Amino acid sequence: HIFLPCLSTRAYPGPAEMVGNTIHWFRKGLRLHDNLSLKESIRGADTLRCVYILDPWFAGSSNVGISRWRFLLQCLEDLDASLRKLNSRLFVIRGQPTDVFPRLFQEWQTSQLSYEYDSEPFGKERDAAIQKLASEAGVEVTVKVSHTLYNLDKIIELNGGQSPLTYKRFQALISHMDAVESPAETITAEVMRKCATPISDDHDDKFGVPSLEELGFETEGLATAVWPGGETEALTRLERHLERKAWVANFERPRMNANSLLASPTGLSPYLRFGCLSCRLFYFKLTDLYRKVKKNSSPPLSLYGQLLWREFFYTTATNNPRFDKMDGNPVCVQIPWDRNPEALAKWAEGRTGFPWIDAIMTQLRQEGWIHHLARHAVACFLTRGDLWISWEEGMKVFEELLLDADWSVNAGSWMWLSCSSFFQQFFHCYCPVGFGRRTDPNGDYIRRYLPVLKAFPAKYIYDPWNAPESVQKAAKCVIGMHYPKPMVHHAEASRLNIQRMTQIYQQLSCYRGLGLLATVPANPNNGGNGVGTTPEEIQHEAVAQAGKDPLHPPLFLGCPYHSKTCIFPKSRVKGQIHFFFTKVNLSFNLHVICPSHLHRD
Amino acid sequence: MKRVKGDEDCSSSSEGPTESCKKARKLQPNLCEFGFDWALLPQEILLNIFQFLPLLDRAYASQVCRGWNQAFHMPELWRCFEFELNQPASSYLKATHPDLIKQIIKRHSNHLQYVSFKVDSSMESAEAACDILSQLVNCSLKTLGLISTARPSFMELPKSHFISALTVVFVNSKSLSSLKIDDTPVDDQSLKVLVANNSDTLRMLKMSSCPHVSPAGILCVADQCHGLRELALNYHLLSDELLLALSSEKHVHLEHLRIDVVSENPGQHFHTIKKSSWDAMVRHSPKFNLVMYFFLYEDEFGPFFKEEVPITHLYFGRSVSKDVLGRVGLHCPRLVELVVCANGLRPLDEELIRIAKRCTQLSAIGLGECEVSCSAFVEFVKMCGRRLSQLSIMEEVLIPDHKYNLDEIHWEVSKHLGRVWFPDMMPTW
Repeated sequence: HIFLPCLSTRAYPGPAEMVGNTIHWFRKGLRLHDNLSLKESIRGADTLRCVYILDPWFAGSSNVGISRWRFLLQCLEDLDASLRKLNSRLFVIRGQPTDVFPRLFQEWQTSQLSYEYDSEPFGKERDAAIQKLASEAGVEVTVKVSHTLYNLDKIIELNGGQSPLTYKRFQALISHMDAVESPAETITAEVMRKCATPISDDHDDKFGVPSLEELGFETEGLATAVWPGGETEALTRLERHLERKAWVANFERPRMNANSLLASPTGLSPYLRFGCLSCRLFYFKLTDLYRKVKKNSSPPLSLYGQLLWREFFYTTATNNPRFDKMDGNPVCVQIPWDRNPEALAKWAEGRTGFPWIDAIMTQLRQEGWIHHLARHAVACFLTRGDLWISWEEGMKVFEELLLDADWSVNAGSWMWLSCSSFFQQFFHCYCPVGFGRRTDPNGDYIRRYLPVLKAFPAKYIYDPWNAPESVQKAAKCVIGMHYPKPMVHHAEASRLNIQRMTQIYQQLSCYRGLGLLATVPANPNNGGNGVGTTPEEIQHEAVAQAGKDPLHPPLFLGCPYHSKTCIFPKSRVKGQIHFFFTKVNLSFNLHVICPSHLHRD
Repeated sequence: MKRVKGDEDCSSSSEGPTESCKKARKLQPNLCEFGFDWALLPQEILLNIFQFLPLLDRAYASQVCRGWNQAFHMPELWRCFEFELNQPASSYLKATHPDLIKQIIKRHSNHLQYVSFKVDSSMESAEAACDILSQLVNCSLKTLGLISTARPSFMELPKSHFISALTVVFVNSKSLSSLKIDDTPVDDQSLKVLVANNSDTLRMLKMSSCPHVSPAGILCVADQCHGLRELALNYHLLSDELLLALSSEKHVHLEHLRIDVVSENPGQHFHTIKKSSWDAMVRHSPKFNLVMYFFLYEDEFGPFFKEEVPITHLYFGRSVSKDVLGRVGLHCPRLVELVVCANGLRPLDEELIRIAKRCTQLSAIGLGECEVSCSAFVEFVKMCGRRLSQLSIMEEVLIPDHKYNLDEIHWEVSKHLGRVWFPDMMPTW
C-alpha cells in the first residue's frame, strides 16, 4: 500500500566523488531560522535536498488527530514556500525512513546527511538505525542540538549521570550550565547560492506536500484552523508576543482570567512543539526585551518558565523509554487506577455533565489547544480528582488532540498532574465547579463551547443540575435530557480519592502519622535540593525499612509490608530447628507451587 | 560429611542443589571441612531470610530442596497476607493467582492473622473477596482490611451476601483487634455480631462511608468495646451519646477519631455536637487526635466551628469561606495540621495571622487555590517559626506586594523556617 515515488535514476549534477550532495532531513525543527544542522550541511555542499518523510498509511491509523495533521501539513507548505524563495523546494517522501534512505542515498549520490538531534528514546533509536544505514552507504552525518536550549546529556552528566527528578533540582543544575548558545543565523539566499537543488518538472506530483484527503481524512465541515501552522506564522506571533510583553512591561507569570482561556494570537506552544519556532530564539528575544525594559538587570529564571518546564520534561524522559507508561517506569508511582472505558469516553467527548470540564474538552477537540490551567483541571478530573482513571489514557487523548503535545512533555505533565511522579503535594484537587467559577464567574467560556447551556444564568452555569426545574425549562435545557447529569458525585469522589492517594503515599514513605502533608516522600519543597530518588527506589527502601523495624504497629492495614514485621516466638523456632536436625518427615508431600502461577497476567 | 536423606530426592535433575553443593565444596574447602551445606542452614536463619523475600522469590526458593520447601510452608510466613483481587477488564494490576488462594485456604488459613483484601472496582472481585472470607472458618484473625482500590465495589454486592461473609470472620476469629471496612454495606446487625465475639480485643474500627450503619449501631460498639482506641466514621454517625460512651470510665483512652463530613445534596443540614461532649472527650483522653475531613459546599458550614472543637487535623476538600477559616482560628486551639484546597477570591491574610496567633500547636499547613499576599504569608511563617515542619502553598496564589516579590519570598520564608523552602510549582504547559 505504501507508494514510493519513482526517483530519477540520473545522477545529478555529475560524478559523485567530485561533488557534495547533501540531504537535510526535517522532522521537528520545521524552520529555516536557527537551524544549525542545515546551516552546517550547506557549507561546501554542491546540491541540497530538504526532505520530510511521512507514511500516508501510518497517518490514518496513528493516534494523531486531524488538527495535528493539518498543523503539520501547513508547516510543510510554509517550509516549501520559504525554500522556493531560495530557489529550492521541500521533498516530501512517502514511506518509512529506514526504507527510504538507502534508496535516496543511491539515487541522489548522497555524501552528506544532516538532521536536528532528537532526544526522545524512540527518536534516538530511529536515528541510530539511519546513522548505521548512512555509514554503510558512506554518507557523512551531521547532527546538531536545536530543539532544546541545552544539550540534555550535559545536564544529566552534571547531575552525576541521573536525570533530575524535581523541577527545583533541574533549576539548580541549569544555573550551573554554560550559557545557552545563540541561535544560528537564518538560511538566506546568500547562503544557499553556492548549492543547487535539482528539481524535476514533476516535483509536485512526486514530492509535493500531501493533502489531508490524501492522508485519508474527511475534511468536509472542517472549520478553519485557530492555530495555523508554519514558521512564518510562528515568527509573526513571536513579535506580537514580545510586543505585548513590552507593552504590559510585566514579566511575572500572567494571572489567569476568563480571557486567558481562549486561544491567543500570541500563543507559541504548538510552534515550539513542531520547531516552527526555535526555543533559543524565543529565549534570547525574551532576555533582550527584559534587559531593555528593566534597564539591564539580569533576568530571573522564572522569565523562561514555559521553556524550562519543557526542557525539564525532555531531560527526565530522554533515557527512559517507559516514560509514557506506568508499568515498568522507574519514575512512576504504581497507582491502582480504574479501567473504565465508558467513563473515559464521557470525559474525552465532553459528556461528563460538568460544564467546566466539558467546555474545556470541546475546545480541545475543536481547536487543538487549551490553557495550561484548563489542562490541570481536566487532567485532575480524569485521574486523582474524580474518575480515578489512568493518566496514560488521558495522555493518549491529548496526543490525539493537543497541537503542542510532545511525547516527553505530555507524559511528564500527566504524571505530574496525576501525582504519579516528581513528588509534589497531592492534597489539592481542582474542583470541577469552583475552579471554573473563580476563573470566569460569568460563564461566557462555557456558553461559547457548550451552546446548549447558553441561556443558563451565571449562578447555575457551572452546576446546572442544581438549578430549579423552572430555570432549566426557561433555559430550554433540561439536565438529564438536553445536557447530561454529572457523571460523579464530586464530594464523594474526592473523599475516596484523597483516601486512596494518602494510602499509596503512606506506603511509599512508610509514614505512620496522621498528617496528610507529611505523607509525600522526600518532599523536595521541604527537603531542599536533594538529588531526588525515584519512586521505584523509594519502594525498595520502604520494603527494606519495613523489614528492619519489627515494631510497625498494625494500624495501617493497607501496608503490604506487614509480613516482614511479624515477630515469632523463639522457642517454637528452636523446636523446629531441633526437629530439622534429628529427623526428616518423609511423608511430607512435596507440593511445589509453580512461581509462574502466583500472578495472573 | 553427613547429609540429610531428603536431599537426595531433590537431586534427580543434574542441576539440582547437590550439584551446586559439590561446586561450593570445591571452591570453599574450609567451609566443607566444617560440614557446611546449604540444605543444613538452620531453619531459624532460613526463616529470617525468607521473611525478606517477596512471595514469588520464596516460591522459587521452595523448589530448591525439601528443607526449603518446608520452610516455605512455615506458619510464620503466612501470618500476614494481602489478597489482591483484580479483573483484567477493570484493573491494570496483577491479581493473586486463584491456585495460590486455594493453597492458602487449604494449608494456611489457620496461620493467617493479618489479612487484607485489595479489591478493584469490579463486582466479581468484591464477590471473590467474600468467597474467601466465608472460607476463613478455622482461623483467628487479628486484623482484617477490606480495601477498595478504585470505585467501592463492596457496595454493589447484595448486602446479605456481604454480611454473611463478614460475620463468618467475626464469629470465628475471637480476637479481632483491627478492622477496616470503609465503603462497605456493613450494618447494625453485623456490628452486633462483632461486639458479641470480639468486644474484649477490638482496638481499631475504620468504617467511613458505611451507609447501612446507624448512630445506634456504632453506639453499641462504643458501649461494649472498651479497648477501642481508633475509630473512623462519617459525621452522620457522630453523636453526643457516642462521645460520652467513648469517654466513660470503663473506656481506655481514645487515640484517634476520624470524622468525614460529606455533603450529599447542596444545602444539606448538619446536626451539631455539644461543646460539653467534646469537653468530656478531652478530659477523658487529653491526647486524642481528632481528624476531620470536610467535603461541603460553602453554605453548609453553619453548624461547624461555632464553639471550641478539639480538632487536631483539619482538611477542607472544597472551597471554604474566609468566614469559616476565621472561625477555625478562633475555635480550634489544638490544631496541628490544616489543609485548605480552595477558598473564594479574596486573600486569606487576616485569617492566617489569626490562626498563627491562636493555634499554637500548628505544625503543618497546606494551601491550594487560596490567595495570600506575600507579606501576610511571611508574617504567618514568622509567627509560627520553626514549628512549621510542613508548609505547602502553590506559587501562583502568592500575590506579590510592595514588600516582597516571588523571588524574595523564598529567602524570607526559608530564613524564618531555618531551612530551604520553596513554594509548590505546577508545570506551565
